[in-house]
Amino acid sequence: MNFKVFRKYKLEIIFAIVVVVFAAVFLIQNAHIQATAKPGQETWQGSDDMGSAAIESTGYTPWIQPIWTPPSTEVESLLFSIQSGLGALVIGYFFGYYRGKRESVKSA
Amino acid sequence: MHIMEGYLPPQWCVFWYLVSAPFIIYGVYILNRQVKENRETLSLLAVSGAFIFLLSSLKLPSPVAGSCSHPTGTGLSTVLFGPIITCVLSLIVLIFQALFMAHGGITTLGANVFSMGIAGPLLGYAVYRLGKAVNLNIFVNIFLVTAVADLFTYVVTAIELAVAVPLQGGFVFSFETFFAIYAITQIPLAILEGVLIALVFKYIIQSRADILVKLGVLTQEQVTKIMGSFS
Repeated sequence: MNFKVFRKYKLEIIFAIVVVVFAAVFLIQNAHIQATAKPGQETWQGSDDMGSAAIESTGYTPWIQPIWTPPSTEVESLLFSIQSGLGALVIGYFFGYYRGKRESVKSA
Repeated sequence: MHIMEGYLPPQWCVFWYLVSAPFIIYGVYILNRQVKENRETLSLLAVSGAFIFLLSSLKLPSPVAGSCSHPTGTGLSTVLFGPIITCVLSLIVLIFQALFMAHGGITTLGANVFSMGIAGPLLGYAVYRLGKAVNLNIFVNIFLVTAVADLFTYVVTAIELAVAVPLQGGFVFSFETFFAIYAITQIPLAILEGVLIALVFKYIIQSRADILVKLGVLTQEQVTKIMGSFS
C-alpha cells in the first residue's frame, strides 16, 4: 500500500466519507419516512415553506405578494439550476485559470 | 433561512432594513476599496461570491429532520475578506432569489441579509479569530467557521420570526418551533458545507497562496508547511 496517496488526498477522502454517510443516513431515513407517511402527505419539503406554514397557522396572512412567482416548480428548479450554474462557472473558470498559469510557469 | 415576501409585519421589515443598512453601506465602501487597491484579490473575491451563489441554490435533504434546506456558502468569503464584505455578496444573492424565484422577498430583504450576511458571518469571523489565536489547524478552523456561519444564520432566522410573529404560547414556544424547523434541519448541512469549504481552501492554497498571504489569512511559513503536509 502506498500511504502517500492518503497523505496527499486526506481532505478529499474525509469529504467523500462525509458525503457517503450523509447519503446513507438520508436513504435510511427516507425509507422510514416513506413507510410511515400517510397517503398524500408531503415529505422532504423545504424548511422555508414550513416556516411560512407555521406563521400561517396563527391566522397570519401575508400582507404583500411577490411581484413575480415562478409559475411551476419546474420553472423554479430551472431558475435555481441557473443560479448553481453561474456559481459553478465562475469557480471553474478561475480554478482553471490558476492551474493554467501554474503549468505555464512550470514549463517556461 | 429565507423569510418569504409578506411574512414579516411591515414594522419589522423596516426595523431589519435599518439594522442591516449600516453594514451594507460600510460593506460597499470596503468592497470598493478592496477592488480598487487590491486588484489581484479580485479573482478570489469572485470565487467567494460564486460559492455563496452556488451553495445557496442547492436545496439538500436534511437526514435528521425529513425536510430540505440549503447551505449559505458564506464561510469562505468570511475567512478571506471578512464579514463586512460578505454581507454585500449575500445581498446580491438574496436580491437575485427574491426577484426571480420569489424565494425570500424585497420587504423581508433586511431581515434575510441580517441573518445570512451579517449575523452568521460575524459569529463565524469571531470563531476564525479565536481559532487563529489558539493556533488551531487552519482546515479545522475553516470547517468550524463555515458550519457556525451556516447554522447561526438559521438560529437568527428563528429569532427574527419568533419576535415578529409569536405563535400561540409566547416567544419561547415560538422560538422553539422555528428553531426546530430551521436550525435542527440545518445541522447536517452545516457539517457537509464545512467539510466542503475546508477542501476548497486546500485548492486555494495550492493555486493562489500569494493572495492568502497578502490577505493575512496565512503566513508564508504556514503555506510552506501546509503544502509539505500534502506531498
